[in-house]
Amino acid sequence: MEILISLLIGFLAAAGVYLLLQRNLFRVLIGLALLAQSANLLVFAAAGLGDGGHAIIAPGAERLPEDHPDPLAQALVLTAIVISFGVLAFCLTLLKRAHRRSGDSDIASLVKLDP
Amino acid sequence: MIFDVISPALLVLGVLATAALAPWVARLRGEMAGVLLALVPLTVFGVFLAGSGGIWRGDAWGGTIAWASELGIDWNLWVSPVGLLLGLLVSGMGTLIVLYAGAYLADSPKRTRFFGMLFLFMGAMLGLAVTENLVVFFVFWELTSVASYLLIGHYHEKIDSRKSALDALLVTGGGGVVMLAGVILLGEVGGSYLIGELAANREAIVGHALYPAIFVCLLVGAITKSAQVPFHFWLPGAMAAPAPVSAYLHSATMVKAGVFLLAFLHPVLGGTEAWHFSLMAFGAATMTWGALVAVMQTDLKRLLAFTTVSALGTLVMLLGIESELAVKAAVVFLVVHALYKGALFMVAGILEKATGTREVEQLRGLMREMPVLGVAAVVAAASMSGLPPFVGFIAKELLYEVKLEAPLVGWPLLVCGFVANAANIIVALKVGVAPFLGSGESPTPLKKRPGFLLVTGSVVLGCGSLLFGLFPGAILGDATNAIVGQIRAEEVSLKLKLWHGLNLVFLLSVLTVAAGVVGYLARKRIRSLGGRLTTVATWNARDLFRAGLASLLAGANKVTTGLQSGNLRQYFLVILLAGAGLVAWAFGKAAFDFSFTGLAAVRLDVVLVIALVTLSTALVLRASRRMTAILGLGCVGFGIAGLFALYGAPDLAITQLLVETLTLVLFALAIYGLPDLRRSSFVFRQRLVTVGASVVTGIGFFLLTMKALTIELHEPVSREMAERSVSEAFGRNVVNVILVDFRALDTLGEITVLVIAALGVAAMLNRTSDARLPSLDGKRSTVLLASARYTAPAMIIFSVYLLLRGHNDPGGGFIGGLVAALAAVLTHLARPETPLRFLRLGPVPLAGLGLALAVLSGLPGLWRRASFLAAEWGPAFSLPAVGKVKLGTPLVFDIGVYFVVAAIVLLLYEQMERWHASRRIANPTSPSS
Repeated sequence: MEILISLLIGFLAAAGVYLLLQRNLFRVLIGLALLAQSANLLVFAAAGLGDGGHAIIAPGAERLPEDHPDPLAQALVLTAIVISFGVLAFCLTLLKRAHRRSGDSDIASLVKLDP
Repeated sequence: MIFDVISPALLVLGVLATAALAPWVARLRGEMAGVLLALVPLTVFGVFLAGSGGIWRGDAWGGTIAWASELGIDWNLWVSPVGLLLGLLVSGMGTLIVLYAGAYLADSPKRTRFFGMLFLFMGAMLGLAVTENLVVFFVFWELTSVASYLLIGHYHEKIDSRKSALDALLVTGGGGVVMLAGVILLGEVGGSYLIGELAANREAIVGHALYPAIFVCLLVGAITKSAQVPFHFWLPGAMAAPAPVSAYLHSATMVKAGVFLLAFLHPVLGGTEAWHFSLMAFGAATMTWGALVAVMQTDLKRLLAFTTVSALGTLVMLLGIESELAVKAAVVFLVVHALYKGALFMVAGILEKATGTREVEQLRGLMREMPVLGVAAVVAAASMSGLPPFVGFIAKELLYEVKLEAPLVGWPLLVCGFVANAANIIVALKVGVAPFLGSGESPTPLKKRPGFLLVTGSVVLGCGSLLFGLFPGAILGDATNAIVGQIRAEEVSLKLKLWHGLNLVFLLSVLTVAAGVVGYLARKRIRSLGGRLTTVATWNARDLFRAGLASLLAGANKVTTGLQSGNLRQYFLVILLAGAGLVAWAFGKAAFDFSFTGLAAVRLDVVLVIALVTLSTALVLRASRRMTAILGLGCVGFGIAGLFALYGAPDLAITQLLVETLTLVLFALAIYGLPDLRRSSFVFRQRLVTVGASVVTGIGFFLLTMKALTIELHEPVSREMAERSVSEAFGRNVVNVILVDFRALDTLGEITVLVIAALGVAAMLNRTSDARLPSLDGKRSTVLLASARYTAPAMIIFSVYLLLRGHNDPGGGFIGGLVAALAAVLTHLARPETPLRFLRLGPVPLAGLGLALAVLSGLPGLWRRASFLAAEWGPAFSLPAVGKVKLGTPLVFDIGVYFVVAAIVLLLYEQMERWHASRRIANPTSPSS
């Protein structure tokens, strides 16, 4: 299972980078989103997939069962998801502004926007 | 001892505090400001003098002010004989200089800042004198460079001033940085930053393989500060400063800091061949070169500057010779030089002010107009020339004695020393004697007669030269013994006397005077002989330095424009390459040893989700319409949420689902403003790079994940967190406990980033759209309106429920906040004419409220346990449906997160919607994709 998940992460990252390196700005943005997904999944998976349990201590129990998923990685990814949302919104706005000012969708148009 | 009552730290801080107050005092009219301010260094001088008896006798004084003790960096204070000499020099000269400057700058509007910087400098120099810890020493060291920079640039409207100031700052500051490297190495090797402890460990340090590196680094610090060839050029340039600065910083105190550093460190690093020969070489070269260039000058201050360079060379050379006699000569010469050079610099300043020129050949016959100043100048000149009964005579005799005694290198040094001394006499005649006693056709006319305070300094120093010469043993005897003893780290008992009898040394003195007088009479011939040589050679070092600086800046410019090309693709490629390089390097060290034991079983549900995500990604890659790409992206996100859910992370799954929904909404709102998905035209090579980079990244991510999955480096910290979750943090949802308790500071940082990002979006969009635009035109959905009326309040309640149960079950502030925001958005979608509000608050106040709650929740812990965000718990109670809720600061923190998350979503939505509306109005026929 780990190999399949790792392959998925690799594929997502490759797709993200491929789009990131395009000249069309909207593709760049989509690439950024894909790369963020891939990175989140990487952190999550890197901590170990566990054996079906979840990171919540059962009522009455004092601790998590053996081979539980890593709650720290989950906490990290949880904030990362929200942050990537914020970053994506920020970049979306940047893109809109740039597009409106230059009227062009090519990354070369960004150079012209520099004062 | 007096230092137990008045700590040296108090003196340093007092002077630094005066630096802050000085600008106000300096607003007083006339010369009063100088008189008032001079009381401060005078007090310091008095304290040092009162404590000096004990120190000369050998009573040590030390103290410590804790700073970063774990790093071995405290403000370790000590009053050592060498330091005391520096302290006396700084405060004593400081008193006279402040008096002098008060009169010199009486009518200058810039004196307010001048005095501030002068006292800053004085405090830093005093810090050097009383600090034993070398790291703190470095701090004061660089502070003197900065103060010197500001003071040299006093006439900052002149480009020459600014350039000279920058030269000085870069040379001395750069040398200081190198010195810091040396200090750190020394601390690593010697195990301490304290000079005393290092000296006790001397054998190990001198024998260490790093000794040459340590020595070179510290030597660079010393010789840049003390203007040794080839770094000497900044000192003549520094003469762009007003006369008080030249007299104080650039002859008496700051330039001697390097010499003092060498004196402090001799017990630690000295006694080696490296020390011996390099110091002698630098010193002798500087001494001779400075003297040779000095005699060619005709400008008062440049004459003095180059003899100062020469004198600094002499001091370094003497510390390099290392014999008891040489060190004694160095100490005496240092005092002597301060006395006469300070006096002559002040005289030079007065002459310039009184006559309007600094050209020595134009200054003649001023004795009649300024008799007191004239006598002081002649006395200083006599001391400089080494004539009895002035103290300069003792110093010169000692210098010759040292060189006659020094084995092997004695004769070359003797010749160099002879040249330097003769040059000193020529310069003394030019600066101190000729302007007053020299007879020209007519005396130089005076523009303004100098006042009493202006002359005081030179007179006091002149008297000093005489008194020290008449009673050397009484005044300097104990001090010299103690200082030489500290530098050589042994007991010494030396005698100081004026008259040594008729011997070879005296004969040399007579010859020197004769050579000096002849040289003075033939000064014009010497100048024409050496004129061309020196103009070429003098400026060479400076021009080289400036050319090097210019090419460095040009290079930096080239690198910057190369890196910051404005080409986004190139930036990404650089980042990816660097990342790939790092990963490859790490892998290269760890090798590809994956262990495939204990892999999780293949699950059909997971395989299906993976297939979904893969297909959606392919869809995104192939999409030619914007909406297709956005929907594909959404599918990827939902699929990943599914993976989170399948692998035991309900919180992540919920968060991801909500965020994906919001992302879709935002993209849909923004779609009008976005460029279309036109395929970009790439040449083959670019396409190759793109595909290559993405494949490499993909493989890199794959390998990284595999590696991470199959190794366990050490016990995960989360195991301990899971252990303590119920017992200490009263929560069963470990993820939430980590977010709001164990790692709450991280979370606080993250929600702050979110707020900043959202405000950035608002700032960018607000500039283009009016604040109050009509929202989406009135086509609202009746169904949506009807359902929103009931669903929205229910969602709000549900979000609160999620928030409260989050500590024990999936939920919490992030998820609750997202749901709450969705509810507010839903209400707004149903009734677009109402403003977007949550709890009647707009997004920005809401975000502020949330952040404030989060920060406030950290204060009880700070108060009770001195740990920000440490949890404080109150009683627990049961709520229907939610279950047990325990009151405490983490709950308050989570409520803060809830508000912030809700607020940023609302803010982003509001901005996007406004923008969308303005586009619709501006461009109603805009085609959608």
